Amino acid sequence: MKSLLTALALTTALTLPGLAMARPVTLTTTLNDYGGNGAYLAIYVTDPQGAYAGSLWMAGGKSKYYPHLSDWYAATSGDTAQINGITGASVGAGRSLEITLDLADALFDAGYTLHIDAAVEDMRNSPNEIAVPLTTAGASAQGRRYIASFAYGL
Amino acid sequence: MIRALHRWPGLLALALLTVLALSGAALSVFPAAERLGVTPAEAGLTVAELAQRVQKAIPAVEQIVRAPSGRITAYWFDGGTPGSALVDPSTGQAIASADPNQTERWLINLHRALFLGDGGRIVTAGGAAAMLVLALSGMVLVARRAGGWQRWFARLRGPLSGRLHVEIARIAVIGLLLSSSTALWMTASTFDLLPDNAAPPTVLAEPSGKTGIALTSIQQLQHTPVNTLRELSFPYAGDASDVFTLTTESGITTLDQGTGVQLSWAGLSTWQRVSETIYMLHTGQGAAALGLVLGLMALGVPVMGGTGVILWLTGRRVRPKIKGNVSAAHAETILLVGSEGGSTWGFAATLQAALTAAGQSVHAAALSSYDPARYAKAQRILILTATYGDGDAPASAKGFLNRLARSDTPAAALAVLGFGDRSFPAFCAFAKTIAAEAAAKGYAILLPFDTIDRQSPQDFARWGQALGAALDVPLTLAHQPILATTQSLTLLSRHDYGAEVQAPTSILRFALPKTSLWQRLVGRGISRFQAGDLLGILPEGADVARFYSLASASRDGFVEIVVRKRTGGLCSGQLLALEPGDTVRAFLRHNPNFHAGRDRVPLILIGAGTGIGPLAGIIRGNHRLRPIHLFFGMRHPDSDFLYGAELSRWQVKDRLAMLTTAVSRGTKPHYVQDALRGEAAQIARLIRDGARVMVCGGREMAAGVAVALTEILAPSGLTPAALKAEGRYVEDIY
Repeated sequence: MKSLLTALALTTALTLPGLAMARPVTLTTTLNDYGGNGAYLAIYVTDPQGAYAGSLWMAGGKSKYYPHLSDWYAATSGDTAQINGITGASVGAGRSLEITLDLADALFDAGYTLHIDAAVEDMRNSPNEIAVPLTTAGASAQGRRYIASFAYGL
Repeated sequence: MIRALHRWPGLLALALLTVLALSGAALSVFPAAERLGVTPAEAGLTVAELAQRVQKAIPAVEQIVRAPSGRITAYWFDGGTPGSALVDPSTGQAIASADPNQTERWLINLHRALFLGDGGRIVTAGGAAAMLVLALSGMVLVARRAGGWQRWFARLRGPLSGRLHVEIARIAVIGLLLSSSTALWMTASTFDLLPDNAAPPTVLAEPSGKTGIALTSIQQLQHTPVNTLRELSFPYAGDASDVFTLTTESGITTLDQGTGVQLSWAGLSTWQRVSETIYMLHTGQGAAALGLVLGLMALGVPVMGGTGVILWLTGRRVRPKIKGNVSAAHAETILLVGSEGGSTWGFAATLQAALTAAGQSVHAAALSSYDPARYAKAQRILILTATYGDGDAPASAKGFLNRLARSDTPAAALAVLGFGDRSFPAFCAFAKTIAAEAAAKGYAILLPFDTIDRQSPQDFARWGQALGAALDVPLTLAHQPILATTQSLTLLSRHDYGAEVQAPTSILRFALPKTSLWQRLVGRGISRFQAGDLLGILPEGADVARFYSLASASRDGFVEIVVRKRTGGLCSGQLLALEPGDTVRAFLRHNPNFHAGRDRVPLILIGAGTGIGPLAGIIRGNHRLRPIHLFFGMRHPDSDFLYGAELSRWQVKDRLAMLTTAVSRGTKPHYVQDALRGEAAQIARLIRDGARVMVCGGREMAAGVAVALTEILAPSGLTPAALKAEGRYVEDIY
């Protein structure tokens, strides 16, 4: 259980004036038993135009492997300032990652999309493993390769 | 210093390095096994063609990976379950399962992080650093021990553990240097300490949003040969924003899935290329043969660890405890010791005990602690020191020469005794340097500089007498070298000679005793010897050993000596009274100075009486038929022609090229030096051509031989002394 109590102040997109109101969101990601080493996961948000808006979490500590999270890497050019303070350990096969963070109200029901890129050593990269809309109703999805289930709720 | 730098990392990291070396050796097999199972792609095959074949056979394919070995694997997802298979590049068909090898993955995680994540990676990196320090310090130690870098592969002597340790090290060190330094690089890379991260891609075009281009229509894929491919990822089905990603040796490019246009490009930086090469060198992926060699070398690590621990333990054990040591400020006699392996400490302990028993107050300490300002009551300073390598200070004497140079000359008188082995060119060189420097600084001399050859208790006892005389105290130094643990030898047979000429002499043959592996490892026991080595016999009722030259090698399967009865001789009397089945206590003393050597130059062997023993052993072992000329002096051929029958047999087999005998009893006495003069021309020619001379026998005979050879060699400008300096003229005299 990871918890981020302060409001995300990471990118201009998520900290526009008037977004002072925020609510706690819990994201639960459970991995398949894919039989490999721990997975790197990049969780980030794109705006209604599909442009990168900000990062929510990075599971995996070595920036050397970030290029394997190809979409996130392409969007951020691997800028580690984007994930400063919101980085944790990689997630083992078959294990779950649960994080709670405060997300600005304005991001919900406004066409924003939550993405997860995944990568595992010596296995194929899986950008855009998850792509779900950000709504106050919450959502759940199955990943393409490594993520058995993903859900978030307020 | 170097030794400590070798010992402590070795002992501390022993278990860790054993785990890393064994897992590394096991991992080295995988790239080679993979290489064997590869179906090679046909020459000129393009990525476009390969991708099309695979897609036809496996429609759900989403990634094609080519390993450095050339193995091609296809990955796909089928209803949420990942699938993978090895692919035959000529058909695109799956030919074998490509399930990730769980054993290999387990071994990798053990090898790089001990299953402990980043903490484990740091520990294993510490192991690699220890290995690097061990390899570098070990190289210096090997070079010092051998007497220089150019003698890196010089033949080794000593106990099995020491030989094994160095034999393995001097071959494996190259691999261990490579493996450990590349390991450190890889760890630094993993922890982002190197600027070898991938460069962000350069965007060349925007995605078209279209889908469905045929693989064979994508130009980039048509122009990429399969042997430069690393991987090709297909766009996710139904995701128009996704792209083809092509990774090759030179970089990563993304391609539009509707038009085939190149969308972005990221080339490899120099740092990345270096890191990739280092990865290949360390893992053997892409260099399978090198990987196997490194793995094999890594197997030497546990053996070197084990033998290293034995070396350390035996080195500790040989250093004796000094009882009743007086402090430096109160002692009248300061006894300083320069010792490498600890044997000189043994002599020092004997001296300290004897002096203390004679009522002296003695302070014994390492030579490196030398500090004359502290020696308030000292009347004399005794220095006992060995020499390391080519004249260097041994371990316990480091820094002494500096201290000597800096300190004021005390009033106490000095005696320097060097310990060494005359077969080394730099015999007692360090002790000589000390004596010379001290003389230059004006030290009062208590006793002239003296030496002890090969830990000779006799030499030491003689020096003790001289010291006793100088101090005016009775001093008996009965030093028993600590390594002389005896074994029981059983007599197999004896051949008696010489009774008629009043020189009863016997060739005694003993069974080779059983020695355990442990005894061989620590160099105890009579297990590995050659003709010319010495057999110490401990007679009953005495605690000082008598030495006999061995007339056999361990290869012969027996222990043989030639013994002549001395009037009143305790040991020879006991030996000549032995009957088959009887036993004696004995131990081995190596005598490398008097070995025949392994080269092929002719040998001139000269001996008289029992001196024939080691010479006969050399001839018996001459299976390579090197030319050997034997000059043998006896009293009467009917009575003491030792080895007479064997010598004619060996002559027939060409192990002995020429035999010249001299008979001293009879109407015309003829000695071995006369026999040499009779063959003067041939001897001079042989020696000019590089022959080696070995002389064994009594002192008088040896002196006579030296005179004769001086005459014989005079016309060619050579002297026995010059030959001795080259190691081409050796003597074993008693």
